[in-house]
Amino acid sequence: MRGFLTIAIVVALFAAVPLIVQSNVVLNFLVVTLMIALAGQGWNILGGYGGQYSFGHAAFFGTGAYVTAILQLHYGVNAWIGFAAGIAAGALAGAIIGGLAFRAGLRSSYFALVTLAFAEVLRILASVAPITGGGVGLLVKLDLRAQSFQFQSRAIFYLVILALLAVSMLIARFLERSRFGVWLIAVRENEDAAMALGVDTFAVKLGAMVLSAAITAAAGCFYVQYFLFIDSGIAYGTWISIEALLTPIIGGVGTVFGALVGALVVKSLGEGAKLVTGDVPGLDLMIYGAVLIMVIRFAPRGLVGALADAGARVARRFMPPRPPVREVVRG
Amino acid sequence: MLSPLILTTAVLNGLLTGAVYALVALGLTLIYGVLHIINFAHGALLSAALFAAFFAYQKLGLDPYIAAFLLAPAFFALGYCLQRFIIGPASHGDDRKMLLVTLGLAVLIENALLYAFRADTRTVDVAYGFKSIDFGFTFLAVPRVVAFVAVFGVALVLWLIMALTDTGKAIRAVASEKLGAELAGIDVAHVYAMTFGLGTACVAIAACLLIPTYYANPRAGEAFVLVAFTIVVLGGMGSVPGALIGGLVIGVVESLAGFFFGESLGQVGIFLIFIVVLLVRPRGLFGASA
Repeated sequence: MRGFLTIAIVVALFAAVPLIVQSNVVLNFLVVTLMIALAGQGWNILGGYGGQYSFGHAAFFGTGAYVTAILQLHYGVNAWIGFAAGIAAGALAGAIIGGLAFRAGLRSSYFALVTLAFAEVLRILASVAPITGGGVGLLVKLDLRAQSFQFQSRAIFYLVILALLAVSMLIARFLERSRFGVWLIAVRENEDAAMALGVDTFAVKLGAMVLSAAITAAAGCFYVQYFLFIDSGIAYGTWISIEALLTPIIGGVGTVFGALVGALVVKSLGEGAKLVTGDVPGLDLMIYGAVLIMVIRFAPRGLVGALADAGARVARRFMPPRPPVREVVRG
Repeated sequence: MLSPLILTTAVLNGLLTGAVYALVALGLTLIYGVLHIINFAHGALLSAALFAAFFAYQKLGLDPYIAAFLLAPAFFALGYCLQRFIIGPASHGDDRKMLLVTLGLAVLIENALLYAFRADTRTVDVAYGFKSIDFGFTFLAVPRVVAFVAVFGVALVLWLIMALTDTGKAIRAVASEKLGAELAGIDVAHVYAMTFGLGTACVAIAACLLIPTYYANPRAGEAFVLVAFTIVVLGGMGSVPGALIGGLVIGVVESLAGFFFGESLGQVGIFLIFIVVLLVRPRGLFGASA
């Protein structure tokens, strides 16, 4: 139960923020940060717990975003239903890409490449297809009512994305405690050994991929409702593939809070860089790249892992280990 | 309309483009063959090399073809240091971490270039930039023909290094049996770095061959590397002849697809080849095993 309690406390603390801060700039920053954390949590399910490093999670983010937007615009579907359909479409994309890639037995570099390629194909197709608005993109009609999933106040958007993130953290926590999660971690640690022990590695990886894609797609659906605009460069661009993997790796790969911690650190650094130098393109991403390398080099378990290690060190200093029991010399 | 002459020209131009693709892919496949990872920083390094070739011409007045003789060793050293001091130590011997570090380097280098030089596109104008050779039935641009010949020269030099030098033997030993090579006293970290250096030098030469007809831009390398991934997968990861033949094939396919279906769908064609090869025959046409 300890894990669930921690999640509840953290979410409650975050939920209290709009009571103290009313600044739109701060709330906007937090909304975007939590959205990236959600996309990252999706990646974390597959990459962090399952060890399958996707370099193309944009495929799911973009599919969720486009399906939400297209259903509302072209088919007059209610935004909430569009949102759910977007998540389902993302999960379906995950099932197709995962099914093909894992059936072909692609691992490591090959898996990274094939996910990247699918995202790129979708990006190019979305930039020419009429239904996605081609190069112009899609604008969702402004309709600030709760039933259209649009809110006047940023605070409500903030609470919505916080709730979505909370659900994803609960999923991660359940995963850690479930049989499926143990199989998934076994696949990460040694796929051949897991297979030899009777784990259906194909099914486990595919299940993780679908779950992972659905969570990242939810972030894409939210993007559309929040910004009311999507185009191929945003939906299927490399930026989201990179941010989705950056956040859990920096925060702590295969942990419940890694994506959240990573997103807060990365986005704060990016905004900090903008404050120092003005809005010069490139600097924020340059810092992300450098931080990614530094974290992998010096804190391979991410910031959450590094903190846990530091905590353990401090605890050892103040509570010295019990002296070894001396053998009584009988004479 | 569809005269065989136009078609032949399209094929020939495809072969010329394909040769430069092959050189970029050669660097990638060399690194894969030994380190068993895809170097995601390859594109960013190509962009950096294009800028280096541009500034060598602009500030020092060096002809790109002469600059190649300076940039190749410089980028060899850069690649060596990147692997020896950054990628190697950071990856803790885990392939997946190595992959991530090269991705981090790609993001870092590309955006450092964007920060320093903005998104402007820079071109050099050399005297021979627009000259072409008359082959009787068609004209081919001089810089592209030079590039074609030079690529095969570079491939020959690489083959000689691999076949005749001690470093080449050590690289081949590590590629085929890492643990055995280590036990035989080969410094694997050094061999990894040498290989990474050679791959990066390939990129520097490719940049010098490209700059007379292409441009320098922080994202210029990206387009080439996505194609190079396809070539490496098609030819078989780690296979040098595979990279050369794959490069030429993809060059022709792109040229013909662009000719028949237009530019952007031609690109989709390349990616579809890529995905199909990955899914159906991941070891490629010439690769030994996946």
